[in-house]
Amino acid sequence: MALVYLFLYLPIVVLIVFSFNNSKYSTGWKGFSLRWYGELLSDTQLLDAALNSLTVASLSATCATILGTLAAWALHRYDFKAKKLFQTGLFIVIMSPDIVMGVSLLMLFVAVQLEPGFVTLLLAHITFSLPFVAVTVASRLAGFDKHVVEAAQDLGADEYETFRHVILPMVMPAVLAGWLLSFTLSLDDVIISFFVTGPGYEILPLRIYSMVKLGVKPVVNALCAIMVAATVVVVFASQILLKEKK
Amino acid sequence: MTKPSFFKVAAIGGTAAWLAVFALLPFLLILVVSFLARDPSSFVSPSFSLEGYATIADGAFLRIFLDSLAWAATTAAACLLLGYPFAYGLARLRTKRKNLFLLLIIIPFWTNSLIRTYALIFILKAQGLLNTLLLGLGLVDQPLEILYTDTAVLVGLIYTLLPFMILPLYSSIEKLDPRLLEAAKDLGAGRFRAFFAVSLPLTWPGILAGTMLTFLPALGMFYVADVLGGAKSLLIGNFIKNQFLTARDWPTGSAASVVLTGIMILLLLLYGGSGKGAPRKPEDIGA
Repeated sequence: MALVYLFLYLPIVVLIVFSFNNSKYSTGWKGFSLRWYGELLSDTQLLDAALNSLTVASLSATCATILGTLAAWALHRYDFKAKKLFQTGLFIVIMSPDIVMGVSLLMLFVAVQLEPGFVTLLLAHITFSLPFVAVTVASRLAGFDKHVVEAAQDLGADEYETFRHVILPMVMPAVLAGWLLSFTLSLDDVIISFFVTGPGYEILPLRIYSMVKLGVKPVVNALCAIMVAATVVVVFASQILLKEKK
Repeated sequence: MTKPSFFKVAAIGGTAAWLAVFALLPFLLILVVSFLARDPSSFVSPSFSLEGYATIADGAFLRIFLDSLAWAATTAAACLLLGYPFAYGLARLRTKRKNLFLLLIIIPFWTNSLIRTYALIFILKAQGLLNTLLLGLGLVDQPLEILYTDTAVLVGLIYTLLPFMILPLYSSIEKLDPRLLEAAKDLGAGRFRAFFAVSLPLTWPGILAGTMLTFLPALGMFYVADVLGGAKSLLIGNFIKNQFLTARDWPTGSAASVVLTGIMILLLLLYGGSGKGAPRKPEDIGA
């Protein structure tokens, strides 16, 4: 077991260690330094890309969470004709290969002549995050006592009020976990973003991708180390939120 | 029942419409384009053609395609071989730290896979950790050239996808009742017999889910081959990417995407047919 952990973590640890390496070429250790972190701060292109990534991630996570929570609730609460189809649709979006989703969205956006950039990225990220929020919230809803809804209705709450004042507070941890999940999904995505963004709007993973292909500057190491750290924080936060269901 | 409330209509309709416009419609578009002719000026011309499929039925693509399937299968198999004993050990851990160990698998799962791919360069390059180690131990005389070879791509795929195998395996092994194994033992089954007759069939859904979650992405992760590999069109993903962005041959790219989707549907049917095809829970995908 230890070997698997070693395999999974060694490259990441080495990457982080080398982000503190005071050498222009990443071979050989030349002493501890924060210079690449300093240089990162003055690299406006990278900082812009990072800011863009965070903007897209938080906006798409918010929209996906709203839609995904509604979807989960609709599936839990109502019976409707296309329910099975709807469920299958969510499942297929989760399973479908990223590259197919990427090129198909690319064609859609070209067909409706939507300029690739911020808006297209946002739409794509909402789409691939939505089902993940839906399953997260749905699994929390599954454990609910149906009588709660009946009680709310007996007290005169309509559908919206029931959802807003009774259900939503109860599923809040799952909703927040769903948000964090979509946020990380959005930050992590490479393939779909690759197809749906244009040269005018660069996000972090794609900036890293082109930097890695063009030859590496150690400043990339610093940036990657920061992103790994950010992921760790988000994962811990979402685990704590999901734990509450037990 | 009262009249359908506005909220109900909005909740169902809104989300269904979103999926229809941004998931179903784009896919139909790909399906249509795959049957159209190529047009260099406006990507596609609206005339029926099987050119796209003819191109991918041709030797060159077939080769990439079969190679790619073999690579993905090798990746999935390697992840299964590495992941199963690991997931088994993890699920059977009886310690307070178990959740921490699980979290340590979830972190790479959610870490940007491009960054993880990039991190592998530090290990694999000529003056990297692996070669330094091997040279230091006197196992090799000169650095092995791993980076920018097919081996590096394979290692990269296994490395990035391993957590996607471990997590579904873990959740299915976790559900396995240890009493069943004890019963098998009481009935005289040896360790192997108990494993193949009890553990394996009961954890089959996890194996299938893990295989899908590693096999399918392995076909599409073009950036792993780009960053670590030598050969440019090793994976179907690289091929599709090149058709869309370099060759500008949309019908061929679409045809390849349709084929890839076909593989996914086939796998899903296999998964559904395994008897435990209930909608997945978020735990199964590590959420």
